[in-house]
Amino acid sequence: MRKAIFLVTLLWMICCNTQAQEKPTAFTGALIYPVTGAPIQNGVLIVQNGKILSVGGADSKIPADAIVTDVKGKVIMPGVVDTHSHLGGPEGGDNSSALNPDTRAFDAINPTSDGFKKALAGGITTINIMPGSGHLMSGQTVYVKMREAKVMEDLIIVNEKGVYGGMKMANGTNPMRGTAGFPGTRAKSAAMDRELYVKAQEYKKKIEKAGKDSSKLPERDLRLEPLVEVLNGKRVVHFHSHKENDILTAIRLSKEFGFRMVLHHLSEGWKVADEIAKAGIPCSVIVVESPGGKLEAMDISWTTPATLANAGVLVSFHTDDGVTDSRFLIRGAALSVKAGMSRQKAMEALTINGAKMLDLSSRVGSLESGKDADFIILSGDPFSVYSKVEQTWVEGKKRFDLSNPVDKAFAVGGYHAYSADRAEYDDNDGDDRDGNQ
Amino acid sequence: MKKIFIQVFAFISLPCFIMAQTAIKAEMIYTVSGAAIKDGVILIKDGKIEAVGTAKEISIPAGYKITEAKIVSPGLIDARSVVGLSGALNIPTDQDQLEKSSPIQPELRAIDAYNTEEKLVKYVRDNGVTVLHTGHGIGALVSGQTMIVKTKPGTVDQVTLVPTAMLAMTIGPSVQSNFTSPGTKAKQIAMLRTELIKAQTYLSKQNDKDTSKRPAMDLKMDMLGKLLKGQVKALITVNASNDIMSAIRLSKEFNFKLVIDGAAEAYRLIDEIKAANAEVILHATMARNGGDMVNMTRESAAILTKAGISVSIETGFEGYVPKTRVLLYEAAMAVREGLAYEDGFKVITLNPAKLLGIDKRVGSIEKGKDADLVLYNGDPFEYLTSVCKVMIDGEWVSDNCK
Repeated sequence: MRKAIFLVTLLWMICCNTQAQEKPTAFTGALIYPVTGAPIQNGVLIVQNGKILSVGGADSKIPADAIVTDVKGKVIMPGVVDTHSHLGGPEGGDNSSALNPDTRAFDAINPTSDGFKKALAGGITTINIMPGSGHLMSGQTVYVKMREAKVMEDLIIVNEKGVYGGMKMANGTNPMRGTAGFPGTRAKSAAMDRELYVKAQEYKKKIEKAGKDSSKLPERDLRLEPLVEVLNGKRVVHFHSHKENDILTAIRLSKEFGFRMVLHHLSEGWKVADEIAKAGIPCSVIVVESPGGKLEAMDISWTTPATLANAGVLVSFHTDDGVTDSRFLIRGAALSVKAGMSRQKAMEALTINGAKMLDLSSRVGSLESGKDADFIILSGDPFSVYSKVEQTWVEGKKRFDLSNPVDKAFAVGGYHAYSADRAEYDDNDGDDRDGNQ
Repeated sequence: MKKIFIQVFAFISLPCFIMAQTAIKAEMIYTVSGAAIKDGVILIKDGKIEAVGTAKEISIPAGYKITEAKIVSPGLIDARSVVGLSGALNIPTDQDQLEKSSPIQPELRAIDAYNTEEKLVKYVRDNGVTVLHTGHGIGALVSGQTMIVKTKPGTVDQVTLVPTAMLAMTIGPSVQSNFTSPGTKAKQIAMLRTELIKAQTYLSKQNDKDTSKRPAMDLKMDMLGKLLKGQVKALITVNASNDIMSAIRLSKEFNFKLVIDGAAEAYRLIDEIKAANAEVILHATMARNGGDMVNMTRESAAILTKAGISVSIETGFEGYVPKTRVLLYEAAMAVREGLAYEDGFKVITLNPAKLLGIDKRVGSIEKGKDADLVLYNGDPFEYLTSVCKVMIDGEWVSDNCK
């Protein structure tokens, strides 16, 4: 009898150990860019159970039971963080209102969208998916990991502040529709923003006054609740802004109401780099092929990321997919290096800086022991046109492998590689050029 | 007196001749028509290439101003663009590439719309494009004519190489989104056939012995007639396989010269395209894979070239941001995805020059051709390389690496 119990216990231990304790995997021989530390020649990256066990040199101690993968001659860097994308078909507000803090992109995104294959092929592992820019406030954004997913819950990642998204705002021409409920001028845009934030401040005061006495709490207000999170610094505002005057207006609003903000796009960011640096506002920048396409982007410049970074601003890159393609986010960083950004700063802007902007830097954005095993294996220098993302790993699982013909089609295209569903590229925010920057 | 005159003339004209005489020394010259030349020299005189060869073969005559570069290629030729008609502002007053009053308007001339002062003309020039095949856009069954220009500064008449190059046509979903009718694919073809049959009749009546029976001049029919007589090629933007086949079928029925433009699914119809003797201009390698381009592959240039089809790469049309693509980068991406390195230059120089019928003047670095050259500070296809200087007709028109 005792023997039987022992056997059962042993069996249980074996079974559950294999479930909870997978064998460690060691990647050896690559040039590793941990990003937060110096590059390691001939490095060793060891991952287990979705986390990074260790990152070190050739002398790293590899556990005896580890599966060793030789990746000599390759480059390993953290999975890329895209701080602004419209993959998966996010939606926010409709045509009824310019301010929609109550709408959640979460409720619209298709978690099985094949758009996410583009992200994986581009080495992107973490994304801030946002509703469009056709509203002053189009709704709540969603922070996701490129995991295998069936439902939205499989994708989301809760950050250090306890939320899994930010709040999308926009100024300039996109929300200035001049139709019912929408502003027709820049001054009206700011006034409508301020009016809503004043209401949110009052609502927040009522909640604070009630303290622990739930009977004194104000009635629930779906529009104001997320803005209380914004005012408390839990939920970050992601503010679409192009022209220098609009950028300064966004900074003025964030100061007045004390909300944490990341500025997005910044076509004219290079003109007000010092002002942005002084205000301490992080910037998520888009890199596009040419100027124009809209009035606000006439003065867009590839020097913006370099100018901002050199001024001391925390800079990240974004695709704004479908404005630019998720498969070319690393290329955008390379073009910024050409325009004067240091390689190290460009590397940080692809990874750890974006993680900081999303309050996720304790888990993603660099290769460090204890962090999520999100990394990519490249065939060579990330900033060379000839280098390719060969593998993309998310939380210790290989999610993209260029040597697999099906995955390769996600990278280069081909017959029926992607579905013809145009909804993937539309954020349906009522703007005829939506989803766009 | 005569002697004095000659001396004065020589004195006056001397500075001009010095200006026009340039020598370029480069670590590598991609001539495209011949082998690449290591440690090469190009001599330029009066806007033309005077000589090209190795530094050992060519001694630089006195008076030639020397410029040095790492890499030199011929001026880049964009096989199909709308730059100069579709402006960067993207407001109604600077969008002249598509007239939506009627789906078939072959009489619209590009030369009446091209804006040499457009910001994007300078932008593409700074990025190495010296010749543009531009004009009416995609989205109408027949949107109008195209033209060929040099991107150098000047008036439209000064920069035009070919005022009427091709007839811009489209078969596909974009036509249906721009017009109430045609509203179906079948109607698109029916409307085109109807007009082309009218043009056939127009042409045959023109030959009537009884001059009174000859038709009055009709701008629309006149232009379609030029297509039927083989004086201009049909530039048909088609991406899906079935639309490509429709274009081929039309070209057979009406016996016109066909250029398949866009051609996202051309890789599926290699035998058919070869049999039809059709030429191909391929969409931008980094184009968005949406709409009728959903099945595009970045390997198309490599696949078609390997199959023996001459490929030219275009920047095409962009409706929003970015307002134009950079031709060099689109070729670079094709090289990354399997196109042979030197073919990467060919698809944006000599191949489009041949397709456009201007290869006697441009498209390669050869003695006697126009001195249209691009100087780079490294591998032209690399992300970190810059286009440093651009020369058109022997004059420097761009200087980016100061």
